[in-house]
Amino acid sequence: MSYHSFLLEPISCHAWNKDRTQIALCPNNHEVHIYKKDGNNWSKIHVLKEHNGQVTGIDWAPESNRIVTCGTDRNAYVWTLKGDVWKPTLVILRINRAARCVKWSPKENKFAVGSGSRLISVCYFEQDNDWWVCKHIKKPIRSTILCLDWHPNNILLAAGSCDFKCRIFSAYIKEVEEKPAPTAWGSKMPFGEVMFESTGTSGWVHGVCFSDSGNRVAWASHDSTVAVAEGGKTAVCASLTSETLPLLCVTFITENSLVAAGHDCYPVLFVYDSNKAAMSFGGKLDVPKQSAQKGMTARERFQNLDKKATTDSKEAVLESVHKNSISQISILNGGKAQCAKFCTTGMDGGMAIWDVKVLSIVKHVRVQMQ
Amino acid sequence: MSKNTVSDRFRKVDVDEYDENKFVDEEDGGENQLGPDEAEVDSLIRSGNLMGALQAVLKNPPINTKNQNVKEQTEGLVLKVLSSFKTSDLEKAVQSLDKTGVDLLMKYIYRGFERPSDNSSAILLQWHEKALSAGGVGSIVRVLTARKTV
Repeated sequence: MSYHSFLLEPISCHAWNKDRTQIALCPNNHEVHIYKKDGNNWSKIHVLKEHNGQVTGIDWAPESNRIVTCGTDRNAYVWTLKGDVWKPTLVILRINRAARCVKWSPKENKFAVGSGSRLISVCYFEQDNDWWVCKHIKKPIRSTILCLDWHPNNILLAAGSCDFKCRIFSAYIKEVEEKPAPTAWGSKMPFGEVMFESTGTSGWVHGVCFSDSGNRVAWASHDSTVAVAEGGKTAVCASLTSETLPLLCVTFITENSLVAAGHDCYPVLFVYDSNKAAMSFGGKLDVPKQSAQKGMTARERFQNLDKKATTDSKEAVLESVHKNSISQISILNGGKAQCAKFCTTGMDGGMAIWDVKVLSIVKHVRVQMQ
Repeated sequence: MSKNTVSDRFRKVDVDEYDENKFVDEEDGGENQLGPDEAEVDSLIRSGNLMGALQAVLKNPPINTKNQNVKEQTEGLVLKVLSSFKTSDLEKAVQSLDKTGVDLLMKYIYRGFERPSDNSSAILLQWHEKALSAGGVGSIVRVLTARKTV
């Protein structure tokens, strides 16, 4: 497990390249910085300046090596590497509020942008006009889209929104792909069709994730709950109310386990049992600092009683690795089926890389493989 | 100055009502929710079965109804039950509740804070401390984010 502090400001969003040697992140301003790993250090090799507003989403397509960014200036840019320079191409999203999140589809022929205009823009490249064109998914979204995730079949898109619902839409674009085969979520998938809408949890949906097979979707909501729905089983939702502050991001690391992190500044493991359709708490995944337990003198006790009206010796310092909320989780190795390493970035400007095997030994936490 | 600036009634217009994109919560049909049974709870308190009274008063919460009277009546009843507990019994009582019960208790506690009367705040604070150790910060977050209040 390693932690690197990039900045003093929050990291708004980040994305890794295919071989995980470069990371693109937004240092809470209008730019995107690309850092390259050399040895134990990170050196800044590119600065992408084109946005006029804060960059809210970055995604790096591993095969085609293109970066898509979206920002509060209501624009998205697709960046391609020409020689040693990243060249931007503007994509007109036709939105009148800020863009909030962006994701390449698995085949990288389209990407989806969630925005504050209460709609999702699905963009694809039109060969004839040499231009990115977008289509809108509007109904029945009633508020900002906060997070997106694509199904492995390149057609279905899960979206979490501020209208307290997680939905799965069809983003089938007939110009770029064939008709999809039926999935666990349904068989008729015209563009914009709602295949699933969540019930049972309230609170803004901060993070959403499909499992590796695409049959399960998990979402983390602002009422401190995590829920999993399984397609085909009359869309059964299993939710778990947690005793912690709300979680902001969630990802599957095997078909049955999820890692989520949020305002409590440490990642947490959850396990989903398909037979019982229930979720359970798997454990905190943080590696605690070895704090020396020194006894308190009577004088210190009286001082504490005087100053803080308590004799507790707990210090007001966070013991977790991240010192502020974690806002994004990304898988580094192993994919969503057998994740070996994942990375978290947060509002403390730092990035931590977590090793699943090491964590499960250290914490006696059982990560259930399928 | 022209005549238009004399009246300031325009300042009291609620512009959000005229917004065609305004978010309206889904109706859930709570017309039949009458809150917990008052007679049953009273008899349980009088007979000294305080645990039973707590379970009974947490049944049938008037969450979906728009009738404010029902909500106020329920809150009064809950407060009566909570005040009749001895301090030493609080912890046991909270342990006997399941997760949804603790969340619901938190909702009633915060609602009780809104309208403090003589001794209610002190009693509610004691309950709050016990409920917090059982439900964690998450139960308070759920009180804050719930669209349908008790």
